Amino acid sequence: MAVDEKLKIELGKQGVMVTTIQELYNWGRRSSIWPMQFGLACCAIEMIATTMARYDLARFGSEVFRPSPRQADLMIISGTVTKKMAPQVVRLYNQMAEPRYVIAMGACAISGGPFKQGYNVLKGIDRYIPVDVHIPGCPPRPEALIQAFMTLQKKIDEQHLTGEDRPRHLDEQAPGEFNVPEFGEHDLEPPSNPGTWTVPKIIQ
Amino acid sequence: MSPSGIKTEKLAGWNRPPVIESDGEGELLEVAMGPHHPSTHGVFRMDVVLDGERVIKLKPVFGYLHRNHEQLGERQSYLASMPYTDRLDYFCSLTNNWAYALAVEKLVGQEVPERAEYLRVILAELTRIQNHASTIGFLLQEMGASGTPLMYAFREREKILDLFESLTGSRMMCNYMRFGGCRVDASPAWLEATRKVVAGLPAFVDEFERFLMTNEILMARCQGIGVLKPDLAVNAGISGPMLRATGVNYDIRKVDHYGIYDRFKFRVPLGDHGDIYDRYMVRMLEMRESILILNQALKDLPAGPVMDPKAKIRNFRPKAGESYGRIEAPKGELGFYLISDGGPNPYRYRVRPPSFINLTVLEDMCLGSNVADVVLIFGSVDIVLGEVDR
Repeated sequence: MAVDEKLKIELGKQGVMVTTIQELYNWGRRSSIWPMQFGLACCAIEMIATTMARYDLARFGSEVFRPSPRQADLMIISGTVTKKMAPQVVRLYNQMAEPRYVIAMGACAISGGPFKQGYNVLKGIDRYIPVDVHIPGCPPRPEALIQAFMTLQKKIDEQHLTGEDRPRHLDEQAPGEFNVPEFGEHDLEPPSNPGTWTVPKIIQ
Repeated sequence: MSPSGIKTEKLAGWNRPPVIESDGEGELLEVAMGPHHPSTHGVFRMDVVLDGERVIKLKPVFGYLHRNHEQLGERQSYLASMPYTDRLDYFCSLTNNWAYALAVEKLVGQEVPERAEYLRVILAELTRIQNHASTIGFLLQEMGASGTPLMYAFREREKILDLFESLTGSRMMCNYMRFGGCRVDASPAWLEATRKVVAGLPAFVDEFERFLMTNEILMARCQGIGVLKPDLAVNAGISGPMLRATGVNYDIRKVDHYGIYDRFKFRVPLGDHGDIYDRYMVRMLEMRESILILNQALKDLPAGPVMDPKAKIRNFRPKAGESYGRIEAPKGELGFYLISDGGPNPYRYRVRPPSFINLTVLEDMCLGSNVADVVLIFGSVDIVLGEVDR
Protein backbone atom coordinates (compact mmCIF):
# COMPACT_ATOMS: atom_id res chain seq x y z
CA MET A 1 0.00 0.00 0.00
CA ALA A 2 1.87 2.98 -1.24
CA VAL A 3 1.10 6.56 -0.26
CA ASP A 4 -0.26 8.79 -3.01
CA GLU A 5 2.80 10.54 -4.47
CA LYS A 6 1.11 13.95 -4.91
CA LEU A 7 -0.25 13.90 -1.38
CA LYS A 8 3.17 12.92 -0.09
CA ILE A 9 4.83 15.90 -1.80
CA GLU A 10 2.08 18.24 -0.62
CA LEU A 11 2.45 17.05 2.97
CA GLY A 12 6.21 17.28 2.67
CA LYS A 13 5.85 21.00 1.90
CA GLN A 14 3.93 21.35 5.16
CA GLY A 15 6.71 19.65 7.05
CA VAL A 16 5.01 16.30 7.43
CA MET A 17 6.77 13.15 6.31
CA VAL A 18 4.58 10.25 5.32
CA THR A 19 6.02 6.85 4.61
CA THR A 20 5.27 3.18 4.90
CA ILE A 21 6.97 0.63 7.08
CA GLN A 22 8.16 -1.13 3.95
CA GLU A 23 9.80 1.99 2.51
CA LEU A 24 11.42 2.84 5.82
CA TYR A 25 12.65 -0.71 6.27
CA ASN A 26 14.10 -0.90 2.77
CA TRP A 27 15.62 2.58 3.04
CA GLY A 28 17.41 1.59 6.20
CA ARG A 29 18.73 -1.62 4.74
CA ARG A 30 19.85 -0.23 1.42
CA SER A 31 21.66 2.75 2.91
CA SER A 32 24.07 0.76 5.02
CA ILE A 33 25.17 -2.32 3.14
CA TRP A 34 28.32 -3.47 4.89
CA PRO A 35 30.47 -5.61 2.64
CA MET A 36 32.75 -8.35 3.84
CA GLN A 37 36.47 -7.64 3.71
CA PHE A 38 37.27 -10.53 1.49
CA GLY A 39 39.45 -10.39 -1.59
CA LEU A 40 40.12 -13.27 -3.90
CA ALA A 41 42.24 -12.06 -6.79
CA CYS A 42 42.89 -9.12 -9.12
CA CYS A 43 39.41 -7.64 -8.72
CA ALA A 44 40.05 -7.21 -5.00
CA ILE A 45 42.52 -4.44 -5.82
CA GLU A 46 39.86 -2.58 -7.76
CA MET A 47 37.51 -3.17 -4.83
CA ILE A 48 40.06 -1.53 -2.52
CA ALA A 49 40.52 1.30 -5.02
CA THR A 50 36.75 1.83 -4.92
CA THR A 51 36.84 2.38 -1.18
CA MET A 52 39.74 4.84 -1.43
CA ALA A 53 39.55 8.59 -1.72
CA ARG A 54 38.88 9.02 -5.42
CA TYR A 55 35.85 6.74 -5.79
CA ASP A 56 34.83 6.85 -2.14
CA LEU A 57 32.32 4.10 -1.57
CA ALA A 58 31.34 5.85 1.68
CA ARG A 59 28.98 7.99 -0.38
CA PHE A 60 26.81 4.88 -0.71
CA GLY A 61 26.96 3.90 2.94
CA SER A 62 29.18 0.92 2.26
CA GLU A 63 32.62 1.92 3.43
CA VAL A 64 32.57 -0.27 6.51
CA PHE A 65 34.32 -3.44 5.43
CA ARG A 66 33.87 -6.14 8.03
CA PRO A 67 36.37 -8.94 8.39
CA SER A 68 33.81 -11.19 10.05
CA PRO A 69 31.00 -12.70 7.99
CA ARG A 70 28.71 -12.40 11.01
CA GLN A 71 28.69 -8.62 10.71
CA ALA A 72 28.50 -8.33 6.94
CA ASP A 73 25.49 -7.93 4.67
CA LEU A 74 27.19 -8.27 1.34
CA MET A 75 29.78 -10.58 -0.09
CA ILE A 76 31.73 -9.28 -3.05
CA ILE A 77 33.18 -12.26 -4.88
CA SER A 78 36.15 -10.29 -6.18
CA GLY A 79 38.10 -12.62 -8.40
CA THR A 80 38.71 -16.15 -9.47
CA VAL A 81 37.17 -18.85 -7.29
CA THR A 82 39.29 -21.94 -7.55
CA LYS A 83 38.08 -25.39 -6.67
CA LYS A 84 40.24 -25.31 -3.58
CA MET A 85 38.66 -22.05 -2.44
CA ALA A 86 35.02 -22.72 -3.37
CA PRO A 87 34.09 -24.68 -0.19
CA GLN A 88 35.46 -21.86 1.92
CA VAL A 89 33.48 -19.25 -0.02
CA VAL A 90 30.26 -21.20 0.45
CA ARG A 91 31.02 -21.72 4.12
CA LEU A 92 31.60 -17.99 4.59
CA TYR A 93 28.32 -17.29 2.84
CA ASN A 94 26.55 -19.71 5.15
CA GLN A 95 28.00 -17.89 8.15
CA MET A 96 26.58 -14.54 7.08
CA ALA A 97 23.34 -13.45 8.71
CA GLU A 98 20.23 -12.74 6.65
CA PRO A 99 19.47 -10.50 4.83
CA ARG A 100 22.56 -11.11 2.76
CA TYR A 101 23.50 -10.32 -0.80
CA VAL A 102 26.19 -11.34 -3.24
CA ILE A 103 27.90 -9.36 -5.99
CA ALA A 104 29.90 -11.45 -8.46
CA MET A 105 32.64 -9.07 -9.53
CA GLY A 106 34.53 -9.75 -12.72
CA ALA A 107 34.58 -12.32 -15.45
CA CYS A 108 36.17 -15.02 -13.28
CA ALA A 109 33.52 -14.91 -10.57
CA ILE A 110 30.77 -14.97 -13.20
CA SER A 111 32.02 -17.74 -15.42
CA GLY A 112 35.69 -18.54 -14.88
CA GLY A 113 36.67 -15.78 -17.27
CA PRO A 114 40.02 -16.06 -19.01
CA PHE A 115 40.93 -19.03 -16.81
CA LYS A 116 37.85 -21.05 -17.69
CA GLN A 117 39.90 -23.74 -19.44
CA GLY A 118 41.89 -24.36 -16.28
CA TYR A 119 41.31 -27.58 -14.39
CA ASN A 120 41.26 -25.82 -11.05
CA VAL A 121 38.93 -22.92 -11.75
CA LEU A 122 35.26 -22.88 -10.83
CA LYS A 123 33.08 -21.89 -13.77
CA GLY A 124 31.05 -19.32 -11.92
CA ILE A 125 30.24 -18.97 -8.23
CA ASP A 126 26.50 -18.97 -9.00
CA ARG A 127 26.74 -22.76 -9.18
CA TYR A 128 26.81 -22.82 -5.40
CA ILE A 129 25.31 -19.64 -3.99
CA PRO A 130 22.67 -17.25 -5.32
CA VAL A 131 24.16 -14.11 -6.88
CA ASP A 132 22.25 -10.82 -6.89
CA VAL A 133 24.35 -8.66 -9.22
CA HIS A 134 26.90 -9.69 -11.83
CA ILE A 135 29.48 -7.16 -13.05
CA PRO A 136 31.43 -8.09 -16.16
CA GLY A 137 34.95 -6.86 -16.79
CA CYS A 138 38.48 -8.05 -16.23
CA PRO A 139 38.75 -6.37 -13.80
CA PRO A 140 35.65 -4.16 -13.68
CA ARG A 141 36.43 -0.50 -13.15
CA PRO A 142 35.56 1.04 -9.78
CA GLU A 143 32.66 2.82 -11.49
CA ALA A 144 31.28 -0.57 -12.44
CA LEU A 145 31.40 -1.71 -8.82
CA ILE A 146 29.62 1.47 -7.75
CA GLN A 147 27.01 0.78 -10.41
CA ALA A 148 26.59 -2.70 -8.96
CA PHE A 149 25.98 -1.16 -5.55
CA MET A 150 23.36 1.13 -7.02
CA THR A 151 21.70 -1.79 -8.76
CA LEU A 152 21.66 -3.71 -5.50
CA GLN A 153 20.16 -0.71 -3.68
CA LYS A 154 17.47 -0.51 -6.32
CA LYS A 155 16.78 -4.18 -5.88
CA ILE A 156 16.43 -3.81 -2.12
CA ASP A 157 14.16 -0.80 -2.58
CA GLU A 158 11.76 -2.82 -4.66
CA GLN A 159 11.40 -5.70 -2.24
CA HIS A 160 8.00 -6.31 -0.63
CA LEU A 161 7.74 -7.39 2.95
CA THR A 162 4.86 -9.75 2.33
CA GLY A 163 3.42 -11.69 -0.54
CA GLU A 164 4.80 -14.05 -3.10
CA ASP A 165 7.81 -11.95 -4.09
CA ARG A 166 9.08 -11.28 -0.59
CA PRO A 167 12.86 -11.60 -0.12
CA ARG A 168 14.41 -14.82 1.03
CA HIS A 169 15.04 -13.76 4.59
CA LEU A 170 11.31 -13.17 5.15
CA ASP A 171 10.35 -16.51 3.63
CA GLU A 172 10.32 -19.25 6.22
CA GLN A 173 10.50 -21.95 3.59
CA ALA A 174 13.56 -20.52 1.84
CA PRO A 175 16.86 -22.32 2.39
CA GLY A 176 19.18 -20.72 4.92
CA GLU A 177 22.18 -22.95 4.40
CA PHE A 178 23.72 -23.94 1.13
CA ASN A 179 25.54 -27.18 0.44
CA VAL A 180 29.26 -26.88 1.04
CA PRO A 181 30.94 -28.85 -1.76
CA GLU A 182 33.58 -31.41 -0.92
CA PHE A 183 36.70 -32.44 -2.76
CA GLY A 184 35.79 -35.45 -4.85
CA GLU A 185 38.03 -37.68 -6.88
CA HIS A 186 38.09 -35.45 -9.97
CA ASP A 187 35.93 -32.45 -9.21
CA LEU A 188 33.98 -30.84 -6.44
CA GLU A 189 31.11 -32.97 -5.16
CA PRO A 190 28.42 -32.03 -6.03
CA PRO A 191 29.51 -30.02 -9.11
CA SER A 192 26.69 -27.57 -8.47
CA ASN A 193 23.83 -27.03 -6.05
CA PRO A 194 20.68 -28.26 -7.77
CA GLY A 195 18.39 -25.76 -6.06
CA THR A 196 20.62 -22.82 -6.94
CA TRP A 197 21.78 -23.55 -10.43
CA THR A 198 20.55 -25.75 -13.21
CA VAL A 199 22.49 -26.73 -16.29
CA PRO A 200 21.47 -24.34 -19.08
CA LYS A 201 19.43 -26.00 -21.80
CA ILE A 202 20.80 -25.74 -25.32
CA ILE A 203 18.00 -25.06 -27.78
CA GLN A 204 18.74 -26.69 -31.10
CA MET B 1 53.98 -36.81 24.91
CA SER B 2 57.61 -35.94 24.39
CA PRO B 3 59.85 -34.67 27.21
CA SER B 4 59.54 -31.09 26.00
CA GLY B 5 55.81 -31.17 26.59
CA ILE B 6 54.82 -31.16 22.95
CA LYS B 7 52.09 -33.60 22.12
CA THR B 8 53.67 -35.31 19.17
CA GLU B 9 50.45 -36.62 17.69
CA LYS B 10 49.26 -33.05 17.34
CA LEU B 11 52.14 -32.28 15.02
CA ALA B 12 51.56 -35.27 12.77
CA GLY B 13 51.59 -34.13 9.19
CA TRP B 14 54.15 -31.40 9.71
CA ASN B 15 57.15 -32.06 7.57
CA ARG B 16 59.78 -30.86 10.05
CA PRO B 17 60.01 -31.20 13.79
CA PRO B 18 59.56 -27.89 15.60
CA VAL B 19 62.70 -25.79 15.59
CA ILE B 20 61.81 -23.90 18.72
CA GLU B 21 61.04 -25.91 21.80
CA SER B 22 57.93 -25.23 23.78
CA ASP B 23 58.43 -24.25 27.43
CA GLY B 24 56.38 -27.28 28.43
CA GLU B 25 53.65 -25.33 30.20
CA GLY B 26 50.13 -25.58 28.95
CA GLU B 27 49.00 -26.89 25.62
CA LEU B 28 49.96 -26.01 22.12
CA LEU B 29 47.39 -24.35 19.93
CA GLU B 30 47.11 -24.84 16.21
CA VAL B 31 45.64 -21.86 14.43
CA ALA B 32 44.80 -21.69 10.74
CA MET B 33 45.28 -18.08 9.66
CA GLY B 34 43.45 -17.77 6.40
CA PRO B 35 42.46 -18.38 3.66
CA HIS B 36 39.96 -15.69 4.56
CA HIS B 37 41.95 -13.51 6.88
CA PRO B 38 41.77 -9.74 6.66
CA SER B 39 45.53 -9.36 6.61
CA THR B 40 46.59 -12.02 4.16
CA HIS B 41 46.71 -10.23 0.85
CA GLY B 42 44.32 -12.51 -0.92
CA VAL B 43 43.78 -16.16 -0.23
CA PHE B 44 46.68 -17.67 1.64
CA ARG B 45 46.75 -19.87 4.68
CA MET B 46 49.32 -20.09 7.43
CA ASP B 47 48.95 -23.00 9.81
CA VAL B 48 50.58 -21.73 12.97
CA VAL B 49 51.41 -23.69 16.10
CA LEU B 50 51.36 -21.38 19.08
CA ASP B 51 52.79 -21.77 22.54
CA GLY B 52 50.94 -19.00 24.29
CA GLU B 53 51.62 -16.00 22.05
CA ARG B 54 54.84 -17.42 20.65
CA VAL B 55 54.99 -19.02 17.21
CA ILE B 56 56.87 -22.30 17.35
CA LYS B 57 55.88 -23.65 13.95
CA LEU B 58 54.47 -22.16 10.80
CA LYS B 59 53.38 -23.95 7.69
CA PRO B 60 52.31 -21.97 4.64
CA VAL B 61 49.53 -23.54 2.58
CA PHE B 62 49.41 -22.43 -1.02
CA GLY B 63 47.16 -23.10 -3.94
CA TYR B 64 43.97 -21.24 -3.17
CA LEU B 65 44.46 -19.12 -6.28
CA HIS B 66 46.09 -21.68 -8.54
CA ARG B 67 44.81 -20.63 -11.96
CA ASN B 68 46.88 -22.92 -14.21
CA HIS B 69 48.97 -20.12 -15.74
CA GLU B 70 51.76 -22.41 -16.86
CA GLN B 71 49.50 -25.00 -18.38
CA LEU B 72 47.55 -22.34 -20.25
CA GLY B 73 50.82 -20.85 -21.47
CA GLU B 74 51.87 -24.15 -22.99
CA ARG B 75 48.60 -24.59 -24.84
CA GLN B 76 48.38 -21.25 -26.59
CA SER B 77 50.56 -19.20 -28.90
CA TYR B 78 53.31 -16.94 -27.64
CA LEU B 79 51.28 -13.77 -28.07
CA ALA B 80 48.19 -15.18 -26.37
CA SER B 81 50.14 -15.57 -23.13
CA MET B 82 50.84 -11.85 -22.94
CA PRO B 83 47.48 -10.85 -21.39
CA TYR B 84 47.82 -13.71 -18.92
CA THR B 85 51.09 -12.29 -17.63
CA ASP B 86 49.14 -9.17 -16.56
CA ARG B 87 47.21 -11.32 -14.16
CA LEU B 88 50.23 -12.88 -12.48
CA ASP B 89 51.20 -9.96 -10.30
CA TYR B 90 48.20 -7.78 -10.76
CA PHE B 91 49.82 -4.76 -9.15
CA CYS B 92 52.63 -4.61 -11.70
CA SER B 93 51.27 -5.81 -15.01
CA LEU B 94 53.76 -3.78 -17.05
CA THR B 95 56.87 -5.32 -15.52
CA ASN B 96 55.34 -8.76 -16.08
CA ASN B 97 54.81 -7.87 -19.73
CA TRP B 98 58.40 -6.78 -19.99
CA ALA B 99 59.84 -9.94 -18.50
CA TYR B 100 57.81 -12.13 -20.82
CA ALA B 101 58.59 -10.00 -23.88
CA LEU B 102 62.27 -10.18 -22.95
CA ALA B 103 62.18 -13.98 -22.77
CA VAL B 104 60.53 -14.29 -26.17
CA GLU B 105 62.84 -11.68 -27.70
CA LYS B 106 65.80 -13.70 -26.48
CA LEU B 107 64.28 -16.86 -27.92
CA VAL B 108 63.76 -15.44 -31.40
CA GLY B 109 66.68 -12.98 -31.37
CA GLN B 110 64.59 -9.85 -31.70
CA GLU B 111 65.95 -6.34 -31.24
CA VAL B 112 63.92 -3.56 -29.65
CA PRO B 113 63.90 0.03 -30.98
CA GLU B 114 65.39 2.77 -28.86
CA ARG B 115 62.18 4.63 -28.13
CA ALA B 116 60.42 1.45 -27.02
CA GLU B 117 63.25 0.73 -24.57
CA TYR B 118 62.82 4.15 -23.03
CA LEU B 119 59.06 3.75 -22.80
CA ARG B 120 59.55 0.38 -21.12
CA VAL B 121 61.84 1.92 -18.52
CA ILE B 122 59.42 4.78 -17.86
CA LEU B 123 56.49 2.43 -17.40
CA ALA B 124 58.43 -0.05 -15.28
CA GLU B 125 59.62 2.64 -12.91
CA LEU B 126 56.13 4.12 -12.61
CA THR B 127 54.94 0.61 -11.78
CA ARG B 128 57.65 0.26 -9.16
CA ILE B 129 56.62 3.48 -7.46
CA GLN B 130 52.95 2.60 -7.28
CA ASN B 131 53.74 -0.92 -6.08
CA HIS B 132 56.05 0.22 -3.30
CA ALA B 133 53.66 2.96 -2.19
CA SER B 134 50.77 0.49 -2.00
CA THR B 135 52.89 -2.09 -0.19
CA ILE B 136 53.85 0.40 2.48
CA GLY B 137 50.22 1.43 2.76
CA PHE B 138 49.14 -2.18 3.27
CA LEU B 139 51.92 -2.76 5.79
CA LEU B 140 50.73 0.22 7.82
CA GLN B 141 47.17 -1.01 7.57
CA GLU B 142 48.23 -4.31 9.08
CA MET B 143 49.90 -2.37 11.84
CA GLY B 144 46.54 -0.87 12.73
CA ALA B 145 46.58 2.45 10.88
CA SER B 146 43.49 1.34 9.03
CA GLY B 147 43.04 3.18 5.83
CA THR B 148 44.89 6.47 6.18
CA PRO B 149 48.38 5.65 4.84
CA LEU B 150 46.76 3.45 2.22
CA MET B 151 44.63 6.39 1.11
CA TYR B 152 47.74 8.51 0.55
CA ALA B 153 49.31 5.66 -1.41
CA PHE B 154 46.25 5.06 -3.51
CA ARG B 155 45.85 8.77 -4.23
CA GLU B 156 49.23 8.62 -5.95
CA ARG B 157 48.51 5.25 -7.47
CA GLU B 158 45.37 6.59 -9.14
CA LYS B 159 47.41 9.32 -10.82
CA ILE B 160 49.82 6.73 -12.20
CA LEU B 161 46.98 4.44 -13.23
CA ASP B 162 45.46 7.33 -15.18
CA LEU B 163 48.68 7.51 -17.17
CA PHE B 164 48.57 3.76 -17.80
CA GLU B 165 44.98 3.97 -18.87
CA SER B 166 45.47 6.79 -21.34
CA LEU B 167 48.46 5.02 -22.90
CA THR B 168 47.42 1.39 -22.86
CA GLY B 169 43.65 1.50 -22.51
CA SER B 170 43.43 -0.26 -19.18
CA ARG B 171 44.01 0.69 -15.58
CA MET B 172 45.44 -2.54 -14.30
CA MET B 173 45.71 -5.13 -17.05
CA CYS B 174 47.79 -3.14 -19.49
CA ASN B 175 48.88 -5.81 -22.02
CA TYR B 176 51.14 -3.21 -23.57
CA MET B 177 54.47 -4.72 -24.58
CA ARG B 178 55.02 -6.80 -27.65
CA PHE B 179 57.92 -8.87 -28.95
CA GLY B 180 60.09 -6.23 -30.55
CA GLY B 181 58.65 -3.08 -29.00
CA CYS B 182 55.50 -1.65 -27.57
CA ARG B 183 51.95 -1.72 -28.84
CA VAL B 184 51.25 2.00 -29.27
CA ASP B 185 53.34 5.14 -29.19
CA ALA B 186 53.15 7.71 -26.44
CA SER B 187 51.71 11.02 -27.58
CA PRO B 188 53.34 14.34 -26.63
CA ALA B 189 50.33 15.07 -24.46
CA TRP B 190 50.88 11.81 -22.57
CA LEU B 191 54.54 12.64 -22.04
CA GLU B 192 53.56 16.07 -20.77
CA ALA B 193 51.10 14.52 -18.33
CA THR B 194 53.75 12.03 -17.20
CA ARG B 195 56.26 14.80 -16.57
CA LYS B 196 53.67 16.55 -14.46
CA VAL B 197 52.96 13.45 -12.37
CA VAL B 198 56.66 12.67 -11.97
CA ALA B 199 57.31 16.26 -10.87
CA GLY B 200 54.75 15.78 -8.11
CA LEU B 201 56.14 12.47 -6.88
CA PRO B 202 59.05 13.74 -4.72
CA ALA B 203 56.60 15.80 -2.68
CA PHE B 204 54.51 12.69 -2.14
CA VAL B 205 57.48 10.62 -1.00
CA ASP B 206 58.59 13.42 1.32
CA GLU B 207 55.13 13.64 2.81
CA PHE B 208 54.85 9.89 3.20
CA GLU B 209 58.24 9.74 4.84
CA ARG B 210 57.54 12.64 7.18
CA PHE B 211 54.40 10.93 8.45
CA LEU B 212 55.84 7.49 8.81
CA MET B 213 59.57 7.32 9.25
CA THR B 214 59.92 8.53 12.82
CA ASN B 215 56.54 7.24 13.92
CA GLU B 216 56.96 5.65 17.31
CA ILE B 217 54.54 2.78 16.74
CA LEU B 218 56.06 1.95 13.39
CA MET B 219 59.54 1.82 14.89
CA ALA B 220 58.47 -0.23 17.90
CA ARG B 221 56.65 -2.79 15.81
CA CYS B 222 59.15 -3.02 12.95
CA GLN B 223 62.67 -2.67 14.30
CA GLY B 224 64.32 -5.95 15.15
CA ILE B 225 61.25 -7.97 14.16
CA GLY B 226 61.30 -10.60 11.44
CA VAL B 227 65.06 -10.53 10.96
CA LEU B 228 66.39 -12.32 7.90
CA LYS B 229 70.09 -13.17 7.79
CA PRO B 230 71.94 -12.40 4.53
CA ASP B 231 73.37 -15.91 4.13
CA LEU B 232 69.97 -17.51 4.52
CA ALA B 233 68.50 -14.97 2.09
CA VAL B 234 71.10 -15.80 -0.55
CA ASN B 235 70.76 -19.55 -0.03
CA ALA B 236 67.00 -19.40 -0.26
CA GLY B 237 67.09 -17.44 -3.50
CA ILE B 238 65.45 -14.34 -2.08
CA SER B 239 65.53 -11.34 -4.39
CA GLY B 240 64.28 -7.81 -4.64
CA PRO B 241 63.91 -5.31 -1.78
CA MET B 242 63.79 -8.18 0.70
CA LEU B 243 67.29 -9.32 -0.25
CA ARG B 244 68.67 -5.78 -0.39
CA ALA B 245 67.24 -5.08 3.07
CA THR B 246 69.62 -7.72 4.42
CA GLY B 247 72.56 -5.82 2.94
CA VAL B 248 73.29 -7.92 -0.15
CA ASN B 249 74.01 -5.70 -3.12
CA TYR B 250 72.10 -7.45 -5.88
CA ASP B 251 69.91 -5.55 -8.28
CA ILE B 252 69.26 -7.17 -11.65
CA ARG B 253 69.08 -3.73 -13.25
CA LYS B 254 72.76 -3.36 -12.34
CA VAL B 255 73.83 -7.00 -12.61
CA ASP B 256 72.14 -8.19 -15.76
CA HIS B 257 72.22 -4.94 -17.79
CA TYR B 258 68.92 -5.71 -19.43
CA GLY B 259 67.15 -3.02 -21.41
CA ILE B 260 68.97 0.29 -21.25
CA TYR B 261 69.50 0.58 -17.50
CA ASP B 262 73.22 1.09 -18.07
CA ARG B 263 72.55 4.59 -19.30
CA PHE B 264 70.91 5.84 -16.14
CA LYS B 265 72.53 7.00 -12.99
CA PHE B 266 70.93 5.54 -9.92
CA ARG B 267 71.96 3.97 -6.66
CA VAL B 268 70.85 0.71 -5.08
CA PRO B 269 69.58 1.25 -1.53
CA LEU B 270 70.76 -1.40 0.93
CA GLY B 271 69.55 -2.28 4.38
CA ASP B 272 71.62 -3.25 7.36
CA HIS B 273 69.58 -5.41 9.72
CA GLY B 274 67.18 -7.29 7.47
CA ASP B 275 64.20 -6.53 9.68
CA ILE B 276 60.78 -5.18 8.69
CA TYR B 277 61.89 -1.59 9.11
CA ASP B 278 64.78 -2.06 6.69
CA ARG B 279 62.47 -3.58 4.12
CA TYR B 280 60.15 -0.63 4.51
CA MET B 281 63.06 1.81 4.29
CA VAL B 282 64.57 0.15 1.20
CA ARG B 283 61.24 0.49 -0.59
CA MET B 284 61.01 4.14 0.43
CA LEU B 285 64.49 4.85 -0.96
CA GLU B 286 63.86 2.85 -4.11
CA MET B 287 60.93 5.11 -4.89
CA ARG B 288 63.31 8.07 -4.83
CA GLU B 289 65.77 6.29 -7.13
CA SER B 290 62.93 5.44 -9.48
CA ILE B 291 62.01 9.11 -9.68
CA LEU B 292 65.63 9.87 -10.65
CA ILE B 293 65.50 7.25 -13.42
CA LEU B 294 62.17 8.61 -14.62
CA ASN B 295 63.53 12.14 -14.87
CA GLN B 296 66.52 10.98 -16.91
CA ALA B 297 64.43 8.76 -19.18
CA LEU B 298 61.85 11.45 -19.84
CA LYS B 299 64.60 13.91 -20.71
CA ASP B 300 66.48 11.63 -23.13
CA LEU B 301 63.48 9.97 -24.79
CA PRO B 302 64.39 9.78 -28.50
CA ALA B 303 62.03 9.98 -31.45
CA GLY B 304 61.49 6.97 -33.69
CA PRO B 305 59.36 3.90 -34.04
CA VAL B 306 58.17 1.96 -30.98
CA MET B 307 57.94 -1.29 -32.85
CA ASP B 308 60.49 -3.03 -35.03
CA PRO B 309 58.67 -3.13 -38.42
CA LYS B 310 60.17 -6.54 -39.22
CA ALA B 311 59.20 -8.06 -35.89
CA LYS B 312 56.87 -11.02 -36.00
CA ILE B 313 54.20 -10.84 -33.38
CA ARG B 314 51.72 -13.46 -34.47
CA ASN B 315 52.03 -16.93 -35.99
CA PHE B 316 55.75 -17.35 -35.61
CA ARG B 317 57.58 -20.54 -34.83
CA PRO B 318 60.85 -20.00 -32.98
CA LYS B 319 63.66 -22.46 -33.58
CA ALA B 320 63.99 -25.21 -31.04
CA GLY B 321 65.84 -23.88 -28.03
CA GLU B 322 65.38 -22.28 -24.66
CA SER B 323 65.62 -18.84 -23.13
CA TYR B 324 65.33 -17.19 -19.76
CA GLY B 325 64.33 -13.56 -19.55
CA ARG B 326 64.55 -11.89 -16.18
CA ILE B 327 64.04 -8.40 -14.88
CA GLU B 328 64.06 -6.62 -11.57
CA ALA B 329 60.32 -6.51 -10.90
CA PRO B 330 59.20 -4.43 -7.90
CA LYS B 331 58.97 -7.61 -5.83
CA GLY B 332 62.21 -9.22 -6.94
CA GLU B 333 63.60 -11.26 -9.77
CA LEU B 334 60.81 -12.08 -12.17
CA GLY B 335 61.83 -14.57 -14.82
CA PHE B 336 60.17 -16.43 -17.64
CA TYR B 337 61.77 -19.64 -18.81
CA LEU B 338 60.66 -20.83 -22.22
CA ILE B 339 61.52 -23.96 -24.14
CA SER B 340 60.57 -24.08 -27.79
CA ASP B 341 60.31 -27.27 -29.80
CA GLY B 342 59.78 -25.36 -33.03
CA GLY B 343 56.01 -25.26 -32.68
CA PRO B 344 53.67 -22.27 -32.53
CA ASN B 345 53.38 -22.49 -28.77
CA PRO B 346 56.05 -23.02 -26.12
CA TYR B 347 56.87 -26.55 -25.05
CA ARG B 348 57.51 -25.34 -21.53
CA TYR B 349 56.42 -22.05 -20.06
CA ARG B 350 57.74 -21.53 -16.58
CA VAL B 351 57.38 -18.46 -14.39
CA ARG B 352 59.96 -17.72 -11.73
CA PRO B 353 57.81 -15.68 -9.37
CA PRO B 354 59.59 -13.46 -6.84
CA SER B 355 56.71 -13.49 -4.34
CA PHE B 356 56.57 -17.27 -4.11
CA ILE B 357 60.29 -17.71 -3.57
CA ASN B 358 60.43 -14.83 -1.10
CA LEU B 359 57.70 -16.55 0.90
CA THR B 360 59.75 -19.68 1.48
CA VAL B 361 61.65 -18.07 4.35
CA LEU B 362 58.47 -16.97 6.10
CA GLU B 363 58.78 -19.64 8.76
CA ASP B 364 62.40 -18.77 9.52
CA MET B 365 61.48 -15.13 10.04
CA CYS B 366 58.41 -15.82 12.14
CA LEU B 367 59.65 -18.44 14.60
CA GLY B 368 59.79 -17.18 18.14
CA SER B 369 57.92 -13.97 17.45
CA ASN B 370 54.44 -13.11 18.65
CA VAL B 371 51.43 -14.02 16.60
CA ALA B 372 50.64 -10.33 16.01
CA ASP B 373 54.03 -9.88 14.38
CA VAL B 374 53.42 -12.73 11.94
CA VAL B 375 50.93 -10.53 10.15
CA LEU B 376 53.48 -7.72 9.85
CA ILE B 377 56.29 -10.01 8.71
CA PHE B 378 54.00 -11.49 6.12
CA GLY B 379 53.01 -8.02 4.95
CA SER B 380 56.63 -6.88 4.67
CA VAL B 381 57.45 -9.71 2.24
CA ASP B 382 55.20 -7.98 -0.31
CA ILE B 383 53.45 -10.80 -2.08
CA VAL B 384 50.64 -11.03 -4.55
CA LEU B 385 48.80 -14.31 -4.52
CA GLY B 386 48.21 -14.38 -8.25
CA GLU B 387 51.93 -14.76 -8.64
CA VAL B 388 52.49 -17.11 -5.71
CA ASP B 389 49.97 -19.72 -6.78
CA ARG B 390 50.00 -18.90 -10.50
